[in-house]
Amino acid sequence: MKITRKEVEHVARLARLELQPEEVERLTIQLDTILNYAAKLDELDTGGVAVTTHTQGAGNVFREDLVHEALNREQALANGPDQNGEAFVVPRIIS
Amino acid sequence: MEFETVIGLEIHAQMKTRSKIFCGCSTEFGAPPNTHVCPVCLGMPGVLPVLNRQVVENAIKLALATELTINRENRFARKNYFYPDLPKGYQISQFELPIAEHGRVEIEVDGARRWIGITRAHMEEDAGKLIHAEHEPESYVDLNRAGTPLLEIVSEPDLRSPDEAVAYLKKIHAIVRYLDISDGNMQEGSFRCDANISLRPMGRQEFGIRTELKNMNSFKNVQLALEYEVRRQRDVLLDGGEVVQETLLWNPDKNRTEPMRGKEEAHDYRYFPDPDLPPVFIDEEWIERMRASLPELPDPRRQRFMTAFDLPAYDAGILTASRELADYFETACATYDQPKKLSNWIGTELLREYGPERIGECPVRPESLARLLIMIEEGAISGKIAKTVFAAMLESGTEPDVIVKEKGLVQMSDEGALQALVQEIVAVNPAQAQQFRDGKTKVLGFFVGQLMQKTKGQANPQIANKLFRQALAAGPE
Repeated sequence: MKITRKEVEHVARLARLELQPEEVERLTIQLDTILNYAAKLDELDTGGVAVTTHTQGAGNVFREDLVHEALNREQALANGPDQNGEAFVVPRIIS
Repeated sequence: MEFETVIGLEIHAQMKTRSKIFCGCSTEFGAPPNTHVCPVCLGMPGVLPVLNRQVVENAIKLALATELTINRENRFARKNYFYPDLPKGYQISQFELPIAEHGRVEIEVDGARRWIGITRAHMEEDAGKLIHAEHEPESYVDLNRAGTPLLEIVSEPDLRSPDEAVAYLKKIHAIVRYLDISDGNMQEGSFRCDANISLRPMGRQEFGIRTELKNMNSFKNVQLALEYEVRRQRDVLLDGGEVVQETLLWNPDKNRTEPMRGKEEAHDYRYFPDPDLPPVFIDEEWIERMRASLPELPDPRRQRFMTAFDLPAYDAGILTASRELADYFETACATYDQPKKLSNWIGTELLREYGPERIGECPVRPESLARLLIMIEEGAISGKIAKTVFAAMLESGTEPDVIVKEKGLVQMSDEGALQALVQEIVAVNPAQAQQFRDGKTKVLGFFVGQLMQKTKGQANPQIANKLFRQALAAGPE
């Protein structure tokens, strides 16, 4: 097995996902299948290949330090599940 | 048992740029909530962050000033965690290949100089701000700060006392201010510091269990929080207990550290390279261009002040505490070529009103201060009157000559005019006059004081001294 139930539960907690025990069971098997599939890449000899994080070959894409116009606040807040006209409103986390 | 303190600092310096690190929203402080936001810094789907060139240049400057090695190729990574002030669910930061690593700065505590290692410096974006409601169980999210560029500077665990930690923090602060890459304002949060601190029995190699301190928004609070934590950990260890590895917040009202509740999480950020941002390549030519743009830094400038102006190390250290103050001193010195006298005056009269960081707000131009000191030198005013004049200059920014003229503060150096007053004072104080003749020459100060009262401090003290000596030596008439 590439992944254990415990790891699935941990990742679910990191992603704020609430899983039922049977979902954990099912996802552990599915994720294991996916990881095994991806593990095929390990069969390649990449000894002579540099660590690659980007494939387009681009680098040094910059913008100059200039200020653009911001969204107006009404638009900015429009998608929030709760807002008070000035700010997004969220449940209090620090007691 | 004797313990050794081990401290490492993580500094977050907000970069001085007009716009954010990955979008063109303004970085201005204090704007109404959520008015400096756009789809990129709000974390909307489908947007593309593009790196602000100025942030890279600022980072290169810091690297050069602190002997960090610049990674010719460096990359951005996503640091994943959930918190309401982080709209994307990840912070764009640098992880495996930061822009610079392995540097050092020299600090001085109680005359002892030590090199402190810097592990790394990396570019990242700031999070938004949470404002907690007073009475409701809710918080308000302001994303104006989200995406503001930060340079995180991580020290090695090389600091051995709260004093050293503060000295190091002040050194980095002075450097970013000299480089003009951060405004360094701790109150506004543009220069923040977290500390890792542990104790170990003297002589042991392994580190003890550490705690992380947050919420120290001034040099004084950093000092107090670290001192408190040294005492607290020592008490725990002496009682045979174990320090709990946790994050503590400094509570400045109660003068103690307290466990942070709520945000504590298993730290598992699942870093991975950010596919939206291509790598940054920095070549020699770019580095040399940045090197050529560097100003004189605090340490070399301090050295130069000691040799070129023949100042004591203490004076040179104070005068170079900020670039503005050092510039102020040099400008004044160009007009009034008495560095030590100028330093004394700045150290007492000027810095009492305007600290090194606030010198730019001082209404007295350096040339005007120099002019004031020249007036003392020429005998136009006494040192004491000069303080009155200086107070007026601080209030109005008016030139010293004008104030002296307007207020009629010109020093009385005319012996004839003073002579009559001297005779009168001697005549009405026969007992003190006799004391002087009996050898208690200290009473001369009393006589000069009387004259100063009568002349509202305008009598030239050298001439007053001379006249009284003559009058008293002459004996009773």
